Amino acid sequence: MRPVLLSGHERSLNQIKYTPDGDLLFSVAKDKNVCAWFTSNGERLGTYHGHQGAVWTVDVSPNTRLLATGAADNNVKLWNIKTGECVKTWGFPTAVKRVEFSEDGTQLLAVTEKRMGYLGTIVVYDIRYGEDLSDQTDEQSLRIECERSKATVAAWSYLSKYIIAGHEDGTVSQYDAKSGELLLDAEVHDDGYQVNDLQMSQDRTYFITAGKDKQAKLVTCRDLEILKTYKADTPLNTAAITPKKDFVILGGGQAAMDVTTTSARQGKFEARFYHKIFEDEIGRVRGHFGPLNTIAVHPQGTAYASGGEDGYVRMHAFDKPYFDFMYEVEREQARR
Amino acid sequence: MAPTFDTLSDHDFDDVDEEEIDFSDLRAQYDVRRDQGLDTFVVIDGLPIVPAENKSKLVKFLLKKLNTVGNTSEDAILMPMNDQNMSDGFAFVEYETPEQAAAATKHLHGAALDRRHTLAVNKLTDIDRYGREGRIDDEYEPPEIEPFHEKEHLRSWLGDPAARDQFVMFRGDNVGVFWNMKKDPPEPVVDRKHWTQLFVQWSPQGTFLASIHQQGVQLWGGPMFSKQKQFPHPFVSLIEFSPGERYLTTWSNQPISVEEGKTSLTIEEEGKHIVIWDIVTGKPLRSFVAHDLTPPPGPEGEAPPKKKVQWPAFKWSSDEKYVARMKQHESLSIYELPRMNLLDKTSIKIEGIMDFEWAPSSPRREGIKTYEQLLCFWTPEIKSNPAKVGLMSVPSKEIVRTRNLFNVSDVKLHWQSEASFVCVKVDRHSKSKKSLATNLEIFRVREKGVPVEVVDSIKDTVINFAWEPKGDRFVLITAGEVVPGSNVAAKTAVAFFCPEKAKGGGIGNFKLIRTVDKKNSNGIYWSPKGRFVVVATVAVQQHFDLEFWDLDYEGEKAEAEKELSANLMSMNIQEHYGVTDVDWDPTGRYVVSSASVWTHQMENGYHMYTFSGVLLSENPIEKFKQLLWRPRPPTLLSKEEQRNIRRNLREYSRDFDEEDRYAVDIANTAIVEERRRLLEEWDAWVRMVKEDVKAEREELGIPDPKEELELQRIRSAASEEEQVVEELVEDVIEESEEFA
Repeated sequence: MRPVLLSGHERSLNQIKYTPDGDLLFSVAKDKNVCAWFTSNGERLGTYHGHQGAVWTVDVSPNTRLLATGAADNNVKLWNIKTGECVKTWGFPTAVKRVEFSEDGTQLLAVTEKRMGYLGTIVVYDIRYGEDLSDQTDEQSLRIECERSKATVAAWSYLSKYIIAGHEDGTVSQYDAKSGELLLDAEVHDDGYQVNDLQMSQDRTYFITAGKDKQAKLVTCRDLEILKTYKADTPLNTAAITPKKDFVILGGGQAAMDVTTTSARQGKFEARFYHKIFEDEIGRVRGHFGPLNTIAVHPQGTAYASGGEDGYVRMHAFDKPYFDFMYEVEREQARR
Repeated sequence: MAPTFDTLSDHDFDDVDEEEIDFSDLRAQYDVRRDQGLDTFVVIDGLPIVPAENKSKLVKFLLKKLNTVGNTSEDAILMPMNDQNMSDGFAFVEYETPEQAAAATKHLHGAALDRRHTLAVNKLTDIDRYGREGRIDDEYEPPEIEPFHEKEHLRSWLGDPAARDQFVMFRGDNVGVFWNMKKDPPEPVVDRKHWTQLFVQWSPQGTFLASIHQQGVQLWGGPMFSKQKQFPHPFVSLIEFSPGERYLTTWSNQPISVEEGKTSLTIEEEGKHIVIWDIVTGKPLRSFVAHDLTPPPGPEGEAPPKKKVQWPAFKWSSDEKYVARMKQHESLSIYELPRMNLLDKTSIKIEGIMDFEWAPSSPRREGIKTYEQLLCFWTPEIKSNPAKVGLMSVPSKEIVRTRNLFNVSDVKLHWQSEASFVCVKVDRHSKSKKSLATNLEIFRVREKGVPVEVVDSIKDTVINFAWEPKGDRFVLITAGEVVPGSNVAAKTAVAFFCPEKAKGGGIGNFKLIRTVDKKNSNGIYWSPKGRFVVVATVAVQQHFDLEFWDLDYEGEKAEAEKELSANLMSMNIQEHYGVTDVDWDPTGRYVVSSASVWTHQMENGYHMYTFSGVLLSENPIEKFKQLLWRPRPPTLLSKEEQRNIRRNLREYSRDFDEEDRYAVDIANTAIVEERRRLLEEWDAWVRMVKEDVKAEREELGIPDPKEELELQRIRSAASEEEQVVEELVEDVIEESEEFA
């Protein structure tokens, strides 16, 4: 796998996202810029200017017309992908850590940070796709306050039925996406170890979480039942599920402040591949020289990209051995 | 939360509630003592009953006896008279100090005054405490004899059918004992929270596990590690077992302050640092004040280096009959067990003595039939006298061999495990004291007259030396000179030595087999059975290699080495980042390298290798502190039986190989079965969820976004009049290596 190196950011990456077709990749970093890249050759399509602080999160609407971003300047912005214009800005009292479109694109959720005097919240806006994309509502269709432990990440389940949120204390909770009522609460990660990432499977019936407790978990949306556990030897920042093959990709690494000495050794800054069903580690991809902050997988499952603390995005196209790799029992099943 | 020593039980390994904490030790320490002042009084019973006229005569007679243990006077003896002007057979005596009173109760109680009268001496406070009205029954009730309890089998682990070994692991707050499972995760025997406060230690033959607490030492044993014996030495921080597990030495830097009646410590132990205990009875045998090692007088103008604790303070002879302690620069005191009396009632004056070592097993010198133990000591140059190394026979205290040495800066004594040789490593300085060189002087203890062989002087300083256990070969590491001003440690060289083959099966002169230089190694770890040795670089930040050597390689031997009794071969090289310790299991089958949080915080945990350096498993463990293999007692098989086993090894190994293969087969089948099950479960789950979601979707009338998208795409494609087909073709024009 020869990676394509995207060096358009000056500071550490926060999130990357493929478009549903997989032709473009969006990346956001601490340097306030949003970049769009061609996935075929790694050329930069353009940037979206407007945020005044580190951009924490990005998402693409399913029809690839709108881009949503959330940043440390306390704003959520909607962009016209084609023109690069900012069509809407929603202001909040605190920074925005996560945004995500629902599966039909009609709703957008945003997770806001907890700060002195403000609770962490999850808010939902209805999104319109008219001729004029700037025609958006200022009214929140839902507002959930996280009183016990602030939410760090959140995502929509299948049918936009639930909002699943990961919390600072390691728990994952399930809210009714209509009423905002807390339905379920599960201790998924070790107590006190933050959930750093939460990514849905393609059909949004289950999801993967990456925890500071060096574990990633596969959890069902409906009952928050833990299906699988993947153990690593380093705190995890991100985890993704690969379509086509039954793998998961985990990323993390000792944060710079936690490394006591500068040893010449690799600081575990590798992307780790695990078998989704058997929970075994099957491979690693190295290359970053800082912790991995975000991993995204191409929607067709043909490539993946990772963004690191080192300011680089590395795009990898999977090659033949990746697709050929099978456990004996899988081969057995495929033959049947 | 530490469990208190007195109430230590399995329950205490759970988290302790604030209210359940036992403060009795603190309370005991700070409680006001009311009896103060009466401690100097004793009550003497069993005296003859005399009329008033004879009273002073009796008192005088008694006084002689009483003054043997302390100081008292006629005035301090109060002998009450009754109505008939006769004495009642008892007296009160006041001594000068409580210690003397205590000594009187200890030594005079039960002593005969004359032929018909036996003294009963008790402390006044004891009479008050135990003899007050109502505390004594008039009727004699025989004490209840406890029914016989069968003792646990303390060596049951040796009966493991697979002959596995155990090890104890201390990480975080937990201590666990595990069976070694080679490649697989170890199987726990017990795992307890807060089992120890400082560290754990096995007894030398593996019978007991010692845990160290603020209140003392606790020994554990038996199949499930139940409590065995306690040694209440407060604030103990160092312990040492005797080689045969009969005695235990404990040390604390705080002098003991004794409170009578609370523990088995008596006034004798007051103010002492070191206690030697009998493990069977759990009682102290004798206690001592520590004397620190006085630092060697440094060059003038420099601050003297800090005093160091001399540990082990007491060194045991191999058969536990003697234990010795030296007072550096002055003398050596040898004590006889089990009474702990000073041998011949006097310490041996050895001017300037710097260090000594007992022979690690009973020596067999040629022509010596009588019982003896040997110890080796050395003294530095004093004025015009040369430095000396001496070999002393005990109990005769005869010096059987000495050797004079010149220009000595330091000496280290290394006994071979069977006491056949003692290697004296002499660091010598040149006249100008600028350069150092090392001499090895090997005393051949078993040969007549104890000849000394000098191994050619080695230019560099020897930083480590180790004999092959039960063998006659050794490894040493030398360090070159450090380049002044550089931070990099000097490169080291590893040298292997063995004796030449001599006629008639004797042991020839020691010769160098090979030197491997440009290394960083600093540790030598012989297999406990000999032959194999691991040379490693431990506790160094930049280097962390382990090299596995075989000294009896079964392949071709170099022509030049034909005369040597070894065939050296490097079997494997491994790396373990941050390694701090290397330990062989007691059978010499496995090696564990570990990185302890006591030394650094990076990548703590342990690796397991086979004897030949094949990595079996890597186990990163957070806050890993200690891993200690459980030692095994010496084998009960005779030499003959051992030889037979070695001869038939092939047959045995066939059986074991068969067993191993079988186990692997079973495991493999189990893994495949398990995977098959997981795969089927997963597929079933995915199918079920898919159907459920589909049904729900139809019920709610929500279209599938994916299908919707497809439709949209087709529609938009149809509506666009002009279609722009853009094709991106990627050509690799030039390929260059990427540096990231």
